[in-house]
Amino acid sequence: MSTNDLTISSKKSFKSFLGKVVHNQLFIPLVALLLLVLFNLAADWFLHADTSFFQIVLKPSSTGSKILTGNLITIIDNASELALLAVGMTLVTSAAGGQDISVGATIAIAGSTVLRIVKGYSPDISGGKFAVVIICSFLLCVVVSAAFGAFNGALVAFFKIQPMVATLILFTAGRSIAAWINNNDNISINDERFGYFGNFIPGIAIPTPVFITAICLIIIALVLKFTNLRLYAQSVGINSSSSRLNGINPKIIKLITFIILGICVAVCGFIKVSRTSSITYAVIANNIEMDAILAVALGGNNLGGGKFNMTSSVIGAYVIQFLTTTLFRMKVSSSAISAYKAVVVILLIIMSSPFIRRWLDDRKSRREAARVTKAEAALEAAVEVAGDVAADVTADVNAGKESV
Amino acid sequence: MSVNTNVLGGNKLKLRRRASLSDTNLLLIITCIVFVAMYASAVIFLKKGFLKPQMFFNILNENASLIVLSCGMTLVMITGGIDISVGQVTSLVCMSCAVYLVNYHGSVLGSLLIALGIGLAFGVVQGFLVAYLEFQPFIVTLAGLFFAKGLTTIISSDRVSITKDNCPAFDKLCKTEIVVPFLGSVNKKGIYIPAYVEIGVIVALLVVIILFCVLKWSKLGRNFYAVGGNNQSANMLGINVKLTKFIAHVLCGLCAGIGGYLFFLHAASGSPLHAQGAEMNAIASSIIGGTLLSGGVGNIAGTLVGVLSLSTIKNIVTSLGLEDAWWTNITVGGMLCIFLLVQSIVLARRHRNKK
Repeated sequence: MSTNDLTISSKKSFKSFLGKVVHNQLFIPLVALLLLVLFNLAADWFLHADTSFFQIVLKPSSTGSKILTGNLITIIDNASELALLAVGMTLVTSAAGGQDISVGATIAIAGSTVLRIVKGYSPDISGGKFAVVIICSFLLCVVVSAAFGAFNGALVAFFKIQPMVATLILFTAGRSIAAWINNNDNISINDERFGYFGNFIPGIAIPTPVFITAICLIIIALVLKFTNLRLYAQSVGINSSSSRLNGINPKIIKLITFIILGICVAVCGFIKVSRTSSITYAVIANNIEMDAILAVALGGNNLGGGKFNMTSSVIGAYVIQFLTTTLFRMKVSSSAISAYKAVVVILLIIMSSPFIRRWLDDRKSRREAARVTKAEAALEAAVEVAGDVAADVTADVNAGKESV
Repeated sequence: MSVNTNVLGGNKLKLRRRASLSDTNLLLIITCIVFVAMYASAVIFLKKGFLKPQMFFNILNENASLIVLSCGMTLVMITGGIDISVGQVTSLVCMSCAVYLVNYHGSVLGSLLIALGIGLAFGVVQGFLVAYLEFQPFIVTLAGLFFAKGLTTIISSDRVSITKDNCPAFDKLCKTEIVVPFLGSVNKKGIYIPAYVEIGVIVALLVVIILFCVLKWSKLGRNFYAVGGNNQSANMLGINVKLTKFIAHVLCGLCAGIGGYLFFLHAASGSPLHAQGAEMNAIASSIIGGTLLSGGVGNIAGTLVGVLSLSTIKNIVTSLGLEDAWWTNITVGGMLCIFLLVQSIVLARRHRNKK
């Protein structure tokens, strides 16, 4: 009897553990990642590829220093900007209950600012001075992006315009402002030191954007850990007026999230222009806002605001880049990629939709109800059997008594 | 979707609806005044072309497809949703029709049916996902955007043009000009040139009139406003919220199909680069016309004025001699900003007064 109980309870705990795993927000992005890894392993197996998808090689690059190459490195490298954007976008989504669609245009503005400053100084300046120029340009681009973020934030917070509409202004005008900053010149920086931030620093085998993103992610994690930002953003997103009654200023919180997104965008813009040492105003970071929003949605966050999970958003960003690289590996042309992405998006929304969740919960509760009725029936049967046995025993005893 | 909280306090839907409708009228009046002021100042200060009626009709000719797209967008926005796939659907329609006419030597009627079919298919699928499966409209239509974009390039990644040689019937159709009576101008040589519009403009105006009547006087139109204003009260009043949202998306898809065909008529070619960013232009026109993205407030007539304002300001910028492409976008962005601020301030003041 006791062993039976034990197995039942262990089965139950396993089931509840499984339920916890499935209901965890990290479940969807991690499962998507796992599926992609499995798919690539299978493709390796079936296509008899000479080099595995996951192979990482230490190769000498064109400049002579040894660097790591391989698909995994490419994914982590290229997803740097997206991961940063996903962080900012998650905060904005949580507090403002909407998305910023101007990030791509603001990246163009930030990149244009950096190029203008760096180009303004002659390329053959010495090392120490060059570092000062780079730092100044970076700081200025952070200030500019944060200002544009604050503009968006002010429209959303103080004028109560929906985030998507408010950011539509910069979405329309942003790339033109970027072109205006540089008088629509095609600027390119010939100094190879400028390219260190988007490619490789000589002597270090890992791409620099990975380090930059890692540092930014750590800073964000520390901010979320040691300040009330997470709590405040979530409470403003869930119910703005009741959080105001509790002493939180929802307007300031919304403004702060937009400014943080602006800073993330500045870092992205800096990395983006450093990658190519030049800028094309109409093309740079094109459609990146859609990918950033997709990363937030893939992380299982509610796009209507409220609770958020930063880790799953960041993982979502890497999953999207993994998907893109996988599609490239399957020789899908870059323009047709979006059709395949659409399929993934549809699968994703079906998996995470309230309708499906409700249906699953219904099924679960129905099954539990069925189990309860079954158990009751079993109990009744047992009682009946017991009653019969008892009756038999008493009858026997009575018979014995009589015989005695 | 978040429940719309900024419309008005008060629980009775009747009161709420009357208030939102008057909000609609107020925003429409503001837009009309700004448009008239803008056009009048253009006529006064930039005498070059704005005095000619043909200038006005050219704006219509160029933006017939945008008018139809914006009307569909307005319907969806009134119910509280959004459809960002319309631009790419337009591109897909152009490409499919062009390939059908050129490579398969199809008939013009067939291409029209293809256009309507594509629009309807996108509308039905997206509407079903949004209304009945309760997905977020932004994500669903984002998927639609990606899908249409990919499909367009899969069909053909090059530009497919229709000329007199490969499809004479269609060429004749898109060069048809309808003369507008009593309006025209005399050119330098003293010859009277009548003003003309293309077929697309007639279709676009028909769509505007039909949708205006539907929104204003039909039960369906009133349901749109009720659902957008407050989902739950609409449900309690016995309105089928899901069906209403579904119909809004289907109509928007149909508008995308018609708009796509009008774009095709005007451009007479298919290319993956067609109608880039048209969805954002459509959203911007709707907003300028006084539609709120939160739902419940909007007007088709306002949307028409919105499209006209948007394209007039583009024309003004071009004729000011600021040829550089970036000035157009900056002015449009600035105008959008001003309109949004005015709307927000006016609505906030009205609500304070009501309280």
